[in-house]
Amino acid sequence: MRNFHLDRRQLSIPYLIYLILFVVMPLLVVLYYGFTDENGNISFANFIIFFTNSKTMGTLVYSVAIAVVVTVICLLLAYPVAYILAKGKYARKHSFLMIFVLPMWINFTLRITALKEILTMLEGNLAYHPFVNTVICMVYDFLPFMIMPLFNALTKLDSSIIEAGYDLGADFPQVLKRVILPLTVPGIISGITMVFLPAMTNYVVLDMVYNSTYIMGSLIGSYFSSYDWNNGSIISAILLMLIGFFAIFTERIMNRVEKEEQRI
Amino acid sequence: MKKYGQHIIIWLVLAFLYLPILILSFYSFTDSTMIGSVRGFSIHNYITLFTEPALIRMMFGTLSLAVVVAVLSVLLGTTGAVGAYYGKKGIRRTIEIFNQVPIVNADVVTGFSICVFMIVLLHMDKNTYIPLIIAQTALCTPFVYLSVTPRLKMMDDSLYEAAMDLGCNPSQALRKAVLPQIAPGIVSGFMTAITLSLDDYFVATYTKPATFDTISTYVVNATRGAQTSIKTALWALSAVLFVIVVLAVVIANLRAQNEEEESARL
Repeated sequence: MRNFHLDRRQLSIPYLIYLILFVVMPLLVVLYYGFTDENGNISFANFIIFFTNSKTMGTLVYSVAIAVVVTVICLLLAYPVAYILAKGKYARKHSFLMIFVLPMWINFTLRITALKEILTMLEGNLAYHPFVNTVICMVYDFLPFMIMPLFNALTKLDSSIIEAGYDLGADFPQVLKRVILPLTVPGIISGITMVFLPAMTNYVVLDMVYNSTYIMGSLIGSYFSSYDWNNGSIISAILLMLIGFFAIFTERIMNRVEKEEQRI
Repeated sequence: MKKYGQHIIIWLVLAFLYLPILILSFYSFTDSTMIGSVRGFSIHNYITLFTEPALIRMMFGTLSLAVVVAVLSVLLGTTGAVGAYYGKKGIRRTIEIFNQVPIVNADVVTGFSICVFMIVLLHMDKNTYIPLIIAQTALCTPFVYLSVTPRLKMMDDSLYEAAMDLGCNPSQALRKAVLPQIAPGIVSGFMTAITLSLDDYFVATYTKPATFDTISTYVVNATRGAQTSIKTALWALSAVLFVIVVLAVVIANLRAQNEEEESARL
């Protein structure tokens, strides 16, 4: 025992192994299943079928439509709130922020149930407006995730830069367009990443408001229930590629913003 | 005038976020089965919530799972963060990148991929709870890592050296000099892991034993069925959770305030 020396660097080994085994391996397995047929031969059939079948393409379009609408509404609601909280005259802005993100900690299915009951009272039958109800419920669910990164970005933004804009004769819309928005792009992007993908995949919200149209997540769910691992995997693989593109795109914009900031 | 507009925006969004849960909480104290029709005051929803065996099993199961997952996540995430902080740059970068994967990935894909790997490929038995615990831990640990790492960067490294100089061995020095400094990060990581596990639907659906239900899977099934006594008992559960979360946030806020005042006095 005396010869045993715990090197603090070795502490990371269990987590590294865990990440490789249970994060990286499963994704590789999904890629493998996605690009092979039932006999284990390499095959792009599932991949090609996804992009040529009108049903699956319709699902992709519908999920992107929902995700875009939800993300835009979240952004339009969250930005003013985050701005007022960060730059307004409220004392204790962090406690105030807490009030806005607190609902995030209540189980989302229970929150959606609550909103669903209200919508049922207002509309009678939820099934008449599936798209609208889905969007309302998703905005309700994801809004705190948009407010938080925007608040952080706006808090970091130096107020003297905004005042400099006014001193140079700009009015509020000009300052917003030329100063505030460009400098909070990283916050906007992280907000979008927090909302867009869940909106494309969280099919439970659709189920709960009786929206029977599929989004990308519902495809995985239905292939899972029919034990169709190859097709379920190809949907996962397509979503992974989408995430990959998104990550590269985000990285690029972030780098550009950083360079701009250094110039200032 | 401008101030007025600001108040309106703030209050409208707050109303949107809070009214549904408040109205539902109000109706949980009545014997009506749908919102809008008030009948009489009644606590039968709360009686059902705490006496119906299926509901008790579900709440107990969800909570035990969350605690197990959070403890595992804290162990893995904390040791991972400490090791990566002191370790070689290459290993740290690798861990940072892999750590980011479950955070940006869709939960559906995380759950499905672990299911395909462990249950389809390795033929593990869902009923052992092992796939479920492993999968939720994979989902939660990255957030522990992310809340511990900033504390490590803020930490005073000379304390560790001093502990060593005073005769501690490395593991004693870690426990007595490093651990207390990163403790707040560990605590908030633990809380994040608990809430993530409690909130999770997708990872649980794809990896849980068929007969086991978490709050999320239970609620989703209950909204499909028409059993109204269970349905309204879940309103009571929402109200209870709402009160717990509000209390937790208020307490955490007061504590943070006290800490700030303490450090201001120092």
